[in-house]
Amino acid sequence: MFVVAPFLWALSTSFKDFQSVNSKVTYIPWVDYEPSLEGWKVLIKSPAKGGVDIVEPYFNSIFVTCTASVISIVLGTLAAYALSRFTFKAGFVRNNDITFFFISQRIMPPIVLSIPFFIFLSTIGLLDSLIGLVVVYIVLLMPIAVWIMVDFFNRVPKELDETALIDGCNPYQAFYKVVLPNSIPGLIVAGMFCIIFGWIDFFFAFILTFTEVQLLPVKVVALNSSVTPWWSLSASALVSVAPLIIVAFIVERYLSKGNLSGALK
Amino acid sequence: MNLVAKSLTYKPDNEFHLKDVSFNFKKGNLYTILGRTLSGKTTLLKTIAGLLNPDSGEIKFEDKEFNKIPVWERNVAMVYQQFINYPHLTVYENISFPLKQRKLDKQKIKIDVEEALKTVGLMGFEKRKIQELSGGQQQRVALARSLAKKAKILLLDEPLVNLDYKLREQLREEFKRIFLGGFAEDTILIYSTTDPQEVMELNGEVIVLNEGKVLQTGPAKEIFEKPKNLKVAEISNDPPMNIINGSKTNDKVNFESINIDLPNYLSKLKNDNYSFGIRASEVKLSERGEEFEVELAEISGSETLLHLKRGNTKIISLIEEVMNFKIHEKVKIEFNSNKFYVFGDNGNLISSPYGSNNG
Repeated sequence: MFVVAPFLWALSTSFKDFQSVNSKVTYIPWVDYEPSLEGWKVLIKSPAKGGVDIVEPYFNSIFVTCTASVISIVLGTLAAYALSRFTFKAGFVRNNDITFFFISQRIMPPIVLSIPFFIFLSTIGLLDSLIGLVVVYIVLLMPIAVWIMVDFFNRVPKELDETALIDGCNPYQAFYKVVLPNSIPGLIVAGMFCIIFGWIDFFFAFILTFTEVQLLPVKVVALNSSVTPWWSLSASALVSVAPLIIVAFIVERYLSKGNLSGALK
Repeated sequence: MNLVAKSLTYKPDNEFHLKDVSFNFKKGNLYTILGRTLSGKTTLLKTIAGLLNPDSGEIKFEDKEFNKIPVWERNVAMVYQQFINYPHLTVYENISFPLKQRKLDKQKIKIDVEEALKTVGLMGFEKRKIQELSGGQQQRVALARSLAKKAKILLLDEPLVNLDYKLREQLREEFKRIFLGGFAEDTILIYSTTDPQEVMELNGEVIVLNEGKVLQTGPAKEIFEKPKNLKVAEISNDPPMNIINGSKTNDKVNFESINIDLPNYLSKLKNDNYSFGIRASEVKLSERGEEFEVELAEISGSETLLHLKRGNTKIISLIEEVMNFKIHEKVKIEFNSNKFYVFGDNGNLISSPYGSNNG
């Protein structure tokens, strides 16, 4: 109830026009008010025609989130496998210290990183660019992937890898032929977290971009209710949470098939 | 064509897991490694498989340096005590995995897999997922995978230990049928276990391992009849052999104010203090016997294990029927002194009912 109510409210508002929002309280389309697509149309119109144009930020956001998530998961999974299976010794540094180093990236408040990131990106000329954002997001997302996957691999019995080796796989084959197919549940969970954290990040998207590139959260927040009508605000809010809802539904369907649990005992 | 090891030592973190282990395994034979948990059995098997690198010593197979060959090129097969299969594959795919890895012909793979499935009695299960099988069936799949591979060295690491009692009996019978039925013509079969009964039933060459050291090697019968020392006697008997510290005077042994007549084969023994070993099955309830106090009575299957005490001497008696005892009850037992083993101060065997031994 508490989860669905705001969505319904935003959904109904997004289909209203000026008349329906500002007069008396209305709830049911076609009965209380005449639904209109005005609020949605504004989203794809260019600013010149009085629209807000969230299409470009939208695709920017999708590109940055997906690219950063995929790279984070690939690198994170490899790192996690190494941390889970091999013993590293470098001075006083051990496996746990390395894992902690990854997680510590997330322990710091993000504002600590903002100035270093800003200087870093401006030095290599990637400020206000998609590639720059992808780089920053990888730094943000990889700890999550490493963290989840280390935990996951630790629960995969070592004997599974060893059996693969005995059965004629070299270590790389053992990883991608045996360990990886059995790690799909972990990969999905890690991927979901990466997408969620990447998608909802406002702070870095806000600080590291100006005019060239804008990400969706920044764009949506920048909308002002005195300029942009309520119905467009509602529509843009819905559009920006939609991908997460879709991700959640896909994962849920996968979960209910029972593919996530019980793969390994 | 032998698997030869010379003084293998493995000591991570300065703790000996293997200490100076040497052996010479011949093709076509069955070898059992007997030892308690943490005695180094798994370490030894993993070293043979190549999963662990010994800190010193060498392994040679067919006159090739085995140490330098990586695991995946060694052509060994291993069955773990946990039922390790590939959970994302079906039974058929599991068994064919090592064959595909070797890039064998599809037709050949099919024949080999079917043969292996037949051997372990899992015909008709090809399309099942591993999770849909019971523990016993999972272990059969693991066994089938290692059989189908036709590896030159087959390692079985306590394959029955995680199964329940009934299945264990059943699978043990099948193992005997598979291994002793001429399977291992040019294969070296190495089987590790904690269970002396399995060792006796498989009846191969036995290596008794304790704390990473080889205590005794020899045929199963010899280990049973002439355990080299107290430790071997303890490991190779389940329930463990009873050890009685007594003193011999002429033709009697005295302990806890009990006198037992000794048989002829012990008459030449010097009068001294010895450790007398006797198996639980040679201690019987008898009205003519000596009085002991019951500490615990365990019923397992159709047998009763009676833990008894008198003074400082503890005795376990194996009674071949189900009987109820009260704790602290007094019972009378008799020792079959014809089956006394005698161990000296240093723990080495001095005399056995199957002929004397000077250690």
